[in-house]
Amino acid sequence: MTARTHYSARNLLASARSGHADWAPAWTDAEPKARYDAVIVGGGGHGLATAYYLAKNHGVANIAVLEAGWIGGGNTGRNTTIVRSNYLYPESARLYEHSLRLYEGLSKELNFNIMLSQRGVLTLAHSRHDMDAQSRWANAMRCNGIDAELLDARQVRELEPRLNFGGPTQPARYPILGGFIQRRGGSARHDAVAWGYARAASALGVDIVQNCEVTGFTTSQGRVTGVDVRHQGRVGHIQADKVALAVAGHSSVLAAKAGLSLPVTSYALQAMVTEPVKPVLNTVTMSPALGAYWSQSDKGEVVIGGALDHFPSYAQRGNFDVMQQVVAATCEMLPSLGRLRLLRQWAGIVDVVHDSSPIIGPTPVPGLYLNCGWGTGGFKAIPVGGWTLAHALATGRAHELAEPFQLERFHTGRLIDEAGAAGIAH
Amino acid sequence: MMQLQCPWCGDRPQREFDCGGTTGIARPPLDCDDETWSRYLFIRDNPKGPHAERWRHTFGCGQWFNVQRDTVTHRVTAVFGITERAPEPAPGPTADPATKGEPS
Repeated sequence: MTARTHYSARNLLASARSGHADWAPAWTDAEPKARYDAVIVGGGGHGLATAYYLAKNHGVANIAVLEAGWIGGGNTGRNTTIVRSNYLYPESARLYEHSLRLYEGLSKELNFNIMLSQRGVLTLAHSRHDMDAQSRWANAMRCNGIDAELLDARQVRELEPRLNFGGPTQPARYPILGGFIQRRGGSARHDAVAWGYARAASALGVDIVQNCEVTGFTTSQGRVTGVDVRHQGRVGHIQADKVALAVAGHSSVLAAKAGLSLPVTSYALQAMVTEPVKPVLNTVTMSPALGAYWSQSDKGEVVIGGALDHFPSYAQRGNFDVMQQVVAATCEMLPSLGRLRLLRQWAGIVDVVHDSSPIIGPTPVPGLYLNCGWGTGGFKAIPVGGWTLAHALATGRAHELAEPFQLERFHTGRLIDEAGAAGIAH
Repeated sequence: MMQLQCPWCGDRPQREFDCGGTTGIARPPLDCDDETWSRYLFIRDNPKGPHAERWRHTFGCGQWFNVQRDTVTHRVTAVFGITERAPEPAPGPTADPATKGEPS
């Protein structure tokens, strides 16, 4: 009996006869080989997506993804699962919109339900200044061909009636004057994105190697020729024609081992969830002014994202200072959630660059490629990060979408400052 | 919450401070080339471990000072004046295994 690999209603019914005992494992946990055409460091969403598109779009057969821990255990498992493309500048709009469009077809593409829910991303305006800034923002999006609607207070209330609009005698502390919504934004299941890409990449022959930490690089005449690794406690070496880094907050640490300094600072970004409740929130709601945003998971937990700890950090844990601000903002904006208990809080280490835009492409070190700088918003960019890094690996040149997002921009001064649209103050 | 020792006010909660990033970065001559200037403006070591950095006691005395802090454990190993040089990092392991955080 051959194991079933394709997920479909037909196979589900057929497999029921055997008590679902004939399903193949979703992906193979590989032992590393001695040599690969391309080694991708980092088994998060970006690394796995890169491997998948490198195999699928470019026909590269001999690929490994090396993950120091377990796949999807870093920032891919620590984000708040929001997808959107509501950025300000044309370069960013093209990049993030390509990502959202890939997300829209991803469940079918990967034959794996990533549970995309386009429930809308609503941004709140608390002042006249917010209204003006958001008019500019939404209009810029529409100029770039991306859906955005400006809303007045009544429309926001129809979307999210539980927000605090104040009462007749007691005005709200943070009045809601309006806002804007990208209706195609929403959330997707973060683990499913990692597992879906891992499964699809594995099916195309990609080796996914866990517990395999890259400890250094070997070079020949300045060109990267391989990586030193510690795999399940054993020291080893893997030869590679090309090496790509997709390691988010640890980009500086790994790049330094290859003699490369980056315009990146690592910070802890914190998130938390409440105990699960019946549906109370319809959209993803953001209050940039208060530094907090809310959505409800399919399990019913209210997922709350907050600001960065504003000092360099590699500690994968949050700080009570930010946590208190986030909880205070939640109680103020959604008073009916005030009695909920927090189940968990955690942090991921994010790679912030000065213009809040990514770096995707070749580096000054021949053979070494980079995908970093997504900062507080890497999850939404997983498909396009993988798509464009795979192109760079296959061709040696930056993908057309990623051309504005090269390391040179820090020399030329052509920065793409998306701090305002990044959603999280930094 | 992390506590920082302001040289003038003593131990205070981190909320009272603002971090000014890596300290001791010398500005190159204004007629330097673009690469040197971008290095000065943007490129940072961003170490995982001891980091010499500027802090300001914004909601206190308002003074700037320097701190040597581990970016994994947040342990502060030295506090020194804003014009002073960072002390040599202490030998031995940089990260405290007990608070090292999950594998990354």
